[in-house]
Amino acid sequence: MTARIAILTGYGINSDIELAHSFNLAGGKAERVHLHDAIDGRIRLEDFDILAIPGGFSFGDHIASGRVFANRLRHKLGDTLLRLREKKTPILGICNGFQVLVKLGLLPGTEPASFTQTCTLTYNDSGRFENRWCHLKAEGNVSSPWLRGVEALYLPVRHGEGKFIPGSDALLAELEKNGQTCLRYCNEDGSEPAKGSAGFPANPNGSTGHVAGLCSKDGLVFGLMPHPEAHVLPTQHPHWQRQGLKAEGDGLRIFRNAVQFVG
Amino acid sequence: MLNRIEVAQKSPSTDSPAQRILKAMREDLGLPADSASLIRVYTLEMDLRPEEVERVAADLFRDPVTETYAINRPLAQDFDWLIEAGFKPGVTDNVGRSAREGVADALGRSLGEDDKVYTSRQVLLRGDLKREQAVRVATALLANPLIETWQVVSRDEWNKAPGIAAQSRKVIVPHTPSVKAIDLPESPQALQKLSDEMLLALTLEEMQAVRAYFARPEVTKAREAKGLPASPTDVELEMIAQTWSEHCKHKIFAAEVDYTDETGKTTLIKSLYKTYVKAATQAVRPNAPWLKSVFTDNAGIIAFAEGWDVAMKAETHNSPSALDPYGGAMTGIVGVNRDILGCGMGCKPIFNTDVFCFASPFYDKAVPEKLHHPKRLMKEVHRGVKDGGNESGIPTVNGSIVFDDRFLGKPLVFCGTGGLIPSEIRGKPSWQKEILPGDRIVMAGGRIGKDGIHGATFSSIALTEASPVSAVQIGDPITQKKMLDFLLEARDLGLFRFVTDNGAGGLSSSLGEMARESGGCELHLDLAPLKYAGLDPWEILVSEAQERMSFAVQPENWEAFRDLAARRDVEVSNLGTFTGSGLFECFYQGKPVCRMDMDFLHDGNPGLRIPARWTPPSHQEPPASVLATRDLKADALELLSALNICSKETWVRQYDHEVQGQSVVKPFMGKENDGPSDAAVIKPLQGRKEGLVVSHGLVPRYSDIDAYHMAAASVDEAVRNAVAVGGEPGKLAALDNFCWPDPVESEATPDGQYKMAQLVRANQALYDICLAYGLPLISGKDSMKNDYGRGASKISVPPTLMVTVVGPIADATKTATIDFKAAGDVVYALGAAKEELGGSEYFAMLHAVGNGVPRTDFAANLALYKRLHAAIGAGLPRSVHDVSDGGLWVALAESAIGGRLGFDVDVARAPVGALDSSSPQDPDLSDAALLFGESQGRFVVTVAPDKALEFEKTLAGSPCARIGTVTGGRNLTVRRGNFVLIDTPLEDAFAKWRRPLDF
Repeated sequence: MTARIAILTGYGINSDIELAHSFNLAGGKAERVHLHDAIDGRIRLEDFDILAIPGGFSFGDHIASGRVFANRLRHKLGDTLLRLREKKTPILGICNGFQVLVKLGLLPGTEPASFTQTCTLTYNDSGRFENRWCHLKAEGNVSSPWLRGVEALYLPVRHGEGKFIPGSDALLAELEKNGQTCLRYCNEDGSEPAKGSAGFPANPNGSTGHVAGLCSKDGLVFGLMPHPEAHVLPTQHPHWQRQGLKAEGDGLRIFRNAVQFVG
Repeated sequence: MLNRIEVAQKSPSTDSPAQRILKAMREDLGLPADSASLIRVYTLEMDLRPEEVERVAADLFRDPVTETYAINRPLAQDFDWLIEAGFKPGVTDNVGRSAREGVADALGRSLGEDDKVYTSRQVLLRGDLKREQAVRVATALLANPLIETWQVVSRDEWNKAPGIAAQSRKVIVPHTPSVKAIDLPESPQALQKLSDEMLLALTLEEMQAVRAYFARPEVTKAREAKGLPASPTDVELEMIAQTWSEHCKHKIFAAEVDYTDETGKTTLIKSLYKTYVKAATQAVRPNAPWLKSVFTDNAGIIAFAEGWDVAMKAETHNSPSALDPYGGAMTGIVGVNRDILGCGMGCKPIFNTDVFCFASPFYDKAVPEKLHHPKRLMKEVHRGVKDGGNESGIPTVNGSIVFDDRFLGKPLVFCGTGGLIPSEIRGKPSWQKEILPGDRIVMAGGRIGKDGIHGATFSSIALTEASPVSAVQIGDPITQKKMLDFLLEARDLGLFRFVTDNGAGGLSSSLGEMARESGGCELHLDLAPLKYAGLDPWEILVSEAQERMSFAVQPENWEAFRDLAARRDVEVSNLGTFTGSGLFECFYQGKPVCRMDMDFLHDGNPGLRIPARWTPPSHQEPPASVLATRDLKADALELLSALNICSKETWVRQYDHEVQGQSVVKPFMGKENDGPSDAAVIKPLQGRKEGLVVSHGLVPRYSDIDAYHMAAASVDEAVRNAVAVGGEPGKLAALDNFCWPDPVESEATPDGQYKMAQLVRANQALYDICLAYGLPLISGKDSMKNDYGRGASKISVPPTLMVTVVGPIADATKTATIDFKAAGDVVYALGAAKEELGGSEYFAMLHAVGNGVPRTDFAANLALYKRLHAAIGAGLPRSVHDVSDGGLWVALAESAIGGRLGFDVDVARAPVGALDSSSPQDPDLSDAALLFGESQGRFVVTVAPDKALEFEKTLAGSPCARIGTVTGGRNLTVRRGNFVLIDTPLEDAFAKWRRPLDF
């Protein structure tokens, strides 16, 4: 069975086409679904095997990144989202999509799933939007199907509000114990960036614990600030002219993992 | 009913916006403060129960993890100064608009038209500041008084009366719309006065042509029959003024020019546009069958790859950016996006380009009244373009920032956009479109307000608190993004027949042009959706409110078009019908208010005749004694810090340059991702290998010597940059953007003849080089009034031609980047250096202009470009970098920085050329000319040793010499024979180059 992926679009989401392409390259069948068409029932999200919320500037990131889009999902499609969690449908959020999932409360998430926001993503310490490539390391104890076999990634970040802040130290400890802080920024050699501003730009935004991505306790909901869909082709690597063309970009693995998981 | 919600950070650790304000106070204003914090204020004007306000505040406005909030009570405490700033009534408040949608979602009900959300920012400052210093922070940093109100409150004032009252920003226009008939007096003085008073900007000759039209017996008779007055209505006069404006009609480029050259010979040039720009493309066209649509549409269209075409357009938004740098620049970029959306049947914007020209951000003299300091201008223009591009999901792939203190008078803000479109849509060529009589006139997107009526001139008219701000506009990228998504969906469903954008002149311009397709139109102005009541019909017609497109929709498709728009949250309105009557007709509440012959409207302008006289200037050369005693190593390092040469990374990195996933050659490549690329290469078609190269060139400094060579060098630089990354000569297309000071002689412009001659010469060069390179011009624009003030204190920008080049690359992997790749690689210098330091960055550093401006050798350069292209196609070079500002030295240093590798070269081996090409022997160039000269048509290339011979064979016939090697060491070493001219650690060069603009 070919995995069907719903890619949410509309209201300023802007990385939907390349995200759909990435899932297709990974062997899935992606469809872009305008949020309005999902809300008015023209398209049913339950009919898909995977739900993905791409990057962009939904509602201009006004008030706070992802806030207005997250609220619309919660108010208009809340029941559907909870059903998807019950059905164990894998859900992905990238950049703005990650911000949406965190602000919805689906990441890191509660058990059972609810719309309780426990962490946030806020202004980069630099106070700036930046587009730069980052080295990432997957947590050793992660059991998310999205990250199966993934150890290191080189991906671009493109955000102004990517600084991860957990609601409390205790929560962070628990997330770490569960392997939910599944992706972290690191130095090129894999080591941990320095603390504070000395860690910039390896940690591009000042995230607590250098956290770049989170997953739910069951690993099915996965979100990250960096853009795996911006590195599926070898020509997207900023050093391809120096190192030669590789077989594929680092990010493709994530999409293939998900497509194979549901397939 | 008003409710005021305030939101603050719980901890300073998440208040980085406040830290940015502190930094800007310290660095830009020299006003250090101890600390700052930011409070966001949302004022809700709608009927809400207290528990609803509570729900909305908690649900929407505050982040539960990091923020705290208060309703109708202040959060501010413990400060020395409080500054609050918010938009004036009628100014686009994008956050307020999104917040309104969020409120409706939170309440679970739709809101009324008058229910609004307004946003403000409150900054709390702690530190030893006087009131005037706090006011300076408010007006020079936090608020633009043109569009924002602000207040400053001291600790004592606050303690006496804490809190800031919630305020409505509802626009109230106490005016009943009406249409006036305007008598056109016979006396020339009175006629000119009328034009001035109505801000029509029409000349006496033009006013007389208008008067003559309305005096025609057949016109008078027809008007009487339809119930229109004999005199023109205000709607008609405004329509004519817009259609005939310099902005829309390009009267200077269309004028007859009497050009007297340096020998005293006078030639009549019928039209610069037809004689040079259009003629160049016509001459090249037979060899460029890939041209699809040139000069006729909103953008030029070329064939890109089997089944796909590419559109490209570049615009300027200089005056709006001078007034409101943020809003002006943002409307610049989202405006040119619309040109692409409105090109052909609607292209998808796939990349942006941005080129800015400013005075030095470190300018330390007094800034003339009403102008912003260049540093603020630079920050705000950059922020506007960044937000406009990033929020629209369009990557910014190429651009530059050029500095010259004459841009103090007017910054230049060039914004370009490229678009992609299938060659055929529903079986028809996508670049063609038509309108048939009976098609519906449909406007889509934002609503109409007083925005941008009469553009900048209106700003001199006193505004009241409740009057809308009409001089400037702020873009709304999200409204436009929704329209973009809708437009492409409607296009693929075949729901419309024609589309164009609403830019300058608003509906008058878009519909005026569209009506030519069918031969007329009937427009009902009262059907247009308004932001607020009280607009006169003429205002509806000429408003430049943003984010609007105009469509011609087949009657049978209207319902489907409207339904899809509703589902995509895009407002569309049917404003009337296209006709074949030969008339442009407008109605208001059923009554005719405008009725003009299309022929008169479009062809009735009497035209201009402008004198031009070229007298070559003569500048002082830097004294030989000075040149002989320079410390070249110190100069070389200092040159890396020159504003036009140093790294722009801090600014460029804030643009999203990778969204849409197409990038192949990014703005920065190299070992540490900071080597500045010569041009961009993108691969826009998924699963295919074709690439598209995008580059640009501009060298305004050379205009000081001869605008001919400025224009030639600008084109050459753009082409050279494209070739450097892998672009193919003969497959490239160019766009010309002229930005000139006013070249029409007058009391205010006594040197108009010289400036006009510069314009003639630039056009001549453009024609010559385009023919020589087989380079068609596919689109262009001119902006001709880039001056500030008058008389002796007048500041005029240096005449500037910004050239954009695009072209397909058959295989996107057959490309090159600037960074040195490996120690041991052979370093080549390509192209001949000449004794050409005139207008160079090096001379500018010595505060000199000189006279030896680089002259572009078209034939030699083209031959070299073809050979280099073949070499790149064969995969021979490991790195390629063009030589431009700062000469060979800077090109070598940038390539070294890109690869974090040293080099050792001998410039005595570099190819050289004589100024006089008939000279039999190689000249003996000065060290400075070899190192820093900016002779055109040159590159630095590195090649692996085992490919060196093959590379040399491929380049045979063009100047190409081995000058040294890439080293594994850390030093940048330049010799001339036995003498070491420069020897410096890479780290030092990097530091000098990286830091100046890192703020």
